Amino acid sequence: MTEFDSGPGQTGQQHPDWLWRTPDPKRSYDVIVVGAGGHGLATAYYLAKNHGITNVAVLERGWLAGGNMARNTTIIRSNYLWDESAAIYEHALKLWEGLPAELDYDFLFSQRGVMNLAHTLQDVRDSMRRVHANRLNGVDSEWLTPEEVQKACPILNISPDVRYPVLGATWQPRAGIAKHDHVAWAFARRADELGVDLIQGCEVTGFLRDGDKVVGVETTRGSIRAGSVALAAAGHSSVLAETLGLPLPVQSHPLQALVSELLEPIHPTVVMSNHVHVYVSQAHKGELVMGAGVDSYNSYGQRGSVHVIEQQMAAAVELFPLFARAHVLRTWAGIVDVSPDASPIIGRTPFENLYINCGWGTGGFKATPAVGWVLAHTIATGEPHPLNAPFGLERFTTGALIDEHGAAAVAH
Amino acid sequence: MLLISCPWCGEREEPEFGYGGQAHVAYPADPEALDDEQWAQYLFFRANPKGPFAERWVHSSGCRRWFNAVRDTVTNEFVSIYRPGELP
Repeated sequence: MTEFDSGPGQTGQQHPDWLWRTPDPKRSYDVIVVGAGGHGLATAYYLAKNHGITNVAVLERGWLAGGNMARNTTIIRSNYLWDESAAIYEHALKLWEGLPAELDYDFLFSQRGVMNLAHTLQDVRDSMRRVHANRLNGVDSEWLTPEEVQKACPILNISPDVRYPVLGATWQPRAGIAKHDHVAWAFARRADELGVDLIQGCEVTGFLRDGDKVVGVETTRGSIRAGSVALAAAGHSSVLAETLGLPLPVQSHPLQALVSELLEPIHPTVVMSNHVHVYVSQAHKGELVMGAGVDSYNSYGQRGSVHVIEQQMAAAVELFPLFARAHVLRTWAGIVDVSPDASPIIGRTPFENLYINCGWGTGGFKATPAVGWVLAHTIATGEPHPLNAPFGLERFTTGALIDEHGAAAVAH
Repeated sequence: MLLISCPWCGEREEPEFGYGGQAHVAYPADPEALDDEQWAQYLFFRANPKGPFAERWVHSSGCRRWFNAVRDTVTNEFVSIYRPGELP
């Protein structure tokens, strides 16, 4: 622990030791990753661990894991409908299961199960279809009756006398939540130990080019050359790509979330409702964590409209009448980049040595380790990993979309 | 919540409106001449600026008419709001 002057009126405050160095940027690196969120940090970690590439910098315009990594609702699941999605999210879930030991960091990964409620006959049919599709892909998935739903989550209202009664739910027992900040810090610490430079307060403002080849980046701390550059900048991907004249098929929207005051443990699992539209879990500390869909309009403002929160709360109180007496403690928004098919874009770009990871929209946290795994592979080999090959930018030209809008068990 | 001035009805709250994304995206003049790359650009690629953005709104719970606006995507300030066929 490091003592520091805590100022008048405060005593005994200590700042824990930093888990990583704070190096100045070198003049060049083998690989530069833009964005020190979960995706960027995981990419740097797997570049070093899986591929032995340690001359790597992760550049961050703000502070480490201060963007969407600090703002998400921490849900981890792999019960996606389509084969391509199930494969990459299930790879992520398998990695999650081993990461606390591998990174030697208990980031409170809790496989408490995720339940996706069905409220209409069409919901029931779609959900059962997804259960079967998941099982064919080796993803644990079950159908629960309303009584089984209430057994798994006793505070959930399964009365038939509501506008959208619970007709059942899909259930993924291995799904759950993790403590997002600690996930980032776990990756950051280990990447740093392996030699990766994590450089905060260093905004990428443009690219160094040699024709159609990207050979480095311009930053607020000078030019840095690089063998390869990978973008993991979430809602700001378009702003970066624009400096190259590279259009991306994503739109940036605010995504809001909120927490209640701290409560006794009352909610043992994760409940998501696509139709009534809210998702709820209870963090280890005790606050209820809730989210829903994006605000309708494009924005980079990291705030949203209050009526969107009101709709979430109406949905939450309908499902959990008990919540009516809980106070909202805090709301916030992150900027998410939504793609036309609600699936991510991971792979090469028309520029040589420039790789892109964007378009995760509302669902990037759960994929964090898999993104790192496949993006590191793509950078190291110059070829996409089989898991991210279907997610290339070229699918918008070929038409081979992976349409997870609605199919992904939650509306976006 | 945004306050939006419908060019016909005046200032109303955001939930009365639907969002239509980027404005002034014209249907291709000669659709059959487009190759896959050009169709992809028309169908899936839209501007996503950080700053002033020309976009469409529809007053769904009011006069049900479409209109255009230039809004700053950082501050949410409406720089101008104008009817179809008009300039910003």
